[in-house]
Amino acid sequence: MKKIFGRTPSLTDAPTHYCGGCGHGIVHRVLCEVIDELGLRESTVGIAPVGCAVLGYDYWNFDVSEAAHGRTPAVATGMKRARPDLTVFSYQGDGDLAAIGTAEIIHAANRGERITVIFVNNTVYGMTGGQMAPTTLVGQKTLTSPHGRKFEEFGEPIRVVELLSQFRGTAYAARTSVHNPVEVIKTKKAIKKAFQAQVDGIGFSIVEILSQCPTYWGMTPVQSVEYVRDELVKYFPLGTFKDETGAKASAV
Amino acid sequence: MTTQKVLMCGNEVLAEAAVRAGCRCYFGYPITPQNEISAYMSKRMPEIGGVFIQAESELAAINMVFGASAVGVRAMTSSSSPGVSLKQEGISYIAGAELPAVIVNVMRGGPGLGNIGPAQSDYFQAVKGGGHGDYHQIVLAPYSAQEVSDITFLSFDLADQYRMPVMILTDGVIGQMMEPAVIEKKEVRNLLPKDWALTGCRGRKPNVVKSLYLGDKVLERHNLKLQERYRQVAAHEVRYDAYHLDDAELIVVAYGICARLCKSAMNDLRAKGMRIGMIRPVTLWPFPSRIISQVAGTGKSFLTVEMSFGQMVEDVRLAVNGKSGVHFYGRGGGEMLTREEVLKEMERLYAQLRGGKNV
Ligand SMILES: Cc1ncc(C[n+]2csc(CCOP(=O)(O)OP(=O)(O)O)c2C)c(N)n1
Ligand code: SF4
Repeated sequence: MKKIFGRTPSLTDAPTHYCGGCGHGIVHRVLCEVIDELGLRESTVGIAPVGCAVLGYDYWNFDVSEAAHGRTPAVATGMKRARPDLTVFSYQGDGDLAAIGTAEIIHAANRGERITVIFVNNTVYGMTGGQMAPTTLVGQKTLTSPHGRKFEEFGEPIRVVELLSQFRGTAYAARTSVHNPVEVIKTKKAIKKAFQAQVDGIGFSIVEILSQCPTYWGMTPVQSVEYVRDELVKYFPLGTFKDETGAKASAV
Repeated sequence: MTTQKVLMCGNEVLAEAAVRAGCRCYFGYPITPQNEISAYMSKRMPEIGGVFIQAESELAAINMVFGASAVGVRAMTSSSSPGVSLKQEGISYIAGAELPAVIVNVMRGGPGLGNIGPAQSDYFQAVKGGGHGDYHQIVLAPYSAQEVSDITFLSFDLADQYRMPVMILTDGVIGQMMEPAVIEKKEVRNLLPKDWALTGCRGRKPNVVKSLYLGDKVLERHNLKLQERYRQVAAHEVRYDAYHLDDAELIVVAYGICARLCKSAMNDLRAKGMRIGMIRPVTLWPFPSRIISQVAGTGKSFLTVEMSFGQMVEDVRLAVNGKSGVHFYGRGGGEMLTREEVLKEMERLYAQLRGGKNV
C-alpha cells in the first residue's frame, strides 16, 4: 500500500496541549511541512513566544528558543545577524506582537531583518484567559471587554500586515486564515514564500494567520471557523500585501 | 599592536578589549556617559565582520544579545543607569536560560532621569538581582583603564564558563578618563565547546534554550542547579586588592573610581604615620566577604566610601557581622567625591577612633 500522507519530520509526535478546534496546531503542521519541503530543518532556529505556543519546542523537531514576551523579533534579529546561515523564524501571538512587542516588530521589519514571522492572530490573549488584544474586533466580547470592545476607549484593531508592508525592508507580507482546507493550503503557500524570501536574502517576511480560539471566543470549533469566515475576514482582509520575492529574485 | 600601550578613554578601551576578546555582536542604544562604546563599535565591528546594531531600545538591545548568545556567538550590550533598568527583564531571562552575556553599566546619577554625573548608585540593582527571580550575575568593577581592559577579557570568559550574565560596572569618570593601557588577554581559561547552542540540529538532537520549567518541582530543580553554579563562582572567582591589612587600624573599603581616590589618600596618610589599610573589591558579586570577615575584630574599624548614599556598605556590614565598627562616607546624585574630602574624612575618623578607647 502506498502511504500518501504522514507526519513531516519537523513535527514531533507529542500529543497536543492545544484546545480542540484551536488554530495553532494547524499552523504548526503547515509550518513544519514548509520547513521540510525547503530542506531547512537542520538549519532552522525557531522562537516560541510567551503565549499559548510557548511549548512550541515540544512539537518542533529542530532547534528552538523561548523569548521574553514581545521581544521575539529582537531575539530573532540577534540570532540572524550573528549567524546569517541559519533560518530564523519567530512565532508570535497578537498580544506578543501587536501590544507588548510593537516596537520590536516594527523596527525588525523596518531594518529588513532576514527573518520570517509567523503571526497567529486569534484576536485574544489565549494563554492568560481570553483578555482583549490589540486585534480584538470592535464589539467583540472578551474577559476584559465584557460589553464588547469600544472604539472610543480602546481604538480599532490594528491591521498588522498592512502596517508592516509600508516598510522598504519588508519583502513579503500576507494575511491568510486556517478556517477551511482551501485557506490552509493558501496559508502553507504564503509561509513557503515567506521562508523563500529569507533564504534568498531579500528582506523581512511575515504571514499573519487568522486563527480560531474557540475556548475564549466561547464557541464550538464549528462556530469559531464560521466566525473567522463571517466576521474576522471582513475587518482583516485576506491576501498578499507585499511581495518582492519575484522581483528581486529575478534581478539577482 | 597587541602589546602596545594605547591612550584611550575607558569606554573605548572597553570596546576594543571586547573586540579582541572575541565579541562579534554589539547592540546598544544611545545614552550618556557610555556613547563612546557604541560609536567605537559602529566603526570597529564592520572592520572585523562583526555585527553592530543601534537598537530601538535597551529592551531590544538586551534581547538581541540573548539571540546572538543563544546561537553561540559572543555578544555585548552597554548602557547607563536608566537604560540598564530597562535591560533587567532581559538579564533575568538570560540568567534563567543559562546564556553567557556581557552587559556594561557606565553608571550615572539617579533615580529617574537623574543626571549624567558619575555615580555608584546602581550597586543594589547590579549585585542584588535587578530583575525578577533567584539569580545572580557576576559583577566586576574596574578602577583604571588598564583594569577595564583586563576585566573585559575576563568577563567574556567568565560568562562562557559559567553560562551566566556578567556585568561590568563602571562610572562616567572611568568611562571618559583618558589613560594608557595595554589591551591584551592576560589569563587563559579552558572553556568547553558550546554544545548547547542553537546552531541547527544537523547530526544531533534539537537543542532548546528556555527558562520556562513547568511541572512538579521542575523549576525548583533548575534553580538548585543555578544555585550550585553560583556557589562555584563564589568559591573560585572572588577578586579584590588588599593593602596594609596587617597593621591597619582603619580599613577603607571602596571600588571603582572611589577606590582610586581612597588609595591615593591612604598613601598620603600612611606617609604621615597613620595605620590605614584598604580593601578594593574587584568582584562586587561574588563579594570579597571572607577577607573582610577575616580581618574584622578588635582594633580594626571599617570605612566604606561610595558615590551613593550607602549601598555596598550593607555587604561590608554583613561580612563584618558586628565584629568591628563600620562607618560610611559618600555623596550621591552624580556628584564626584574629591580626593581631599575623602582624605579629610579618613583623617578625622582615624583620629576619632584613636581618641576613643574601643576602636
Ligand atoms: C512581561 C509579561 N507580561 C505579561 C505576561 C503574561 N502573558 C503570558 S501570555 C500573554 C499573552 C498571550 O497572548 P497572545 O500573544 O495573543 O498569544 P496566544 O496565547 O493568544 O496564542 C501574556 C500577557 C508575561 N508572561 N510577561
Ligand atoms: S486558549 Fe485559545 S489559542 Fe490557546 S490553545 Fe486554547 S484555543 Fe488555542
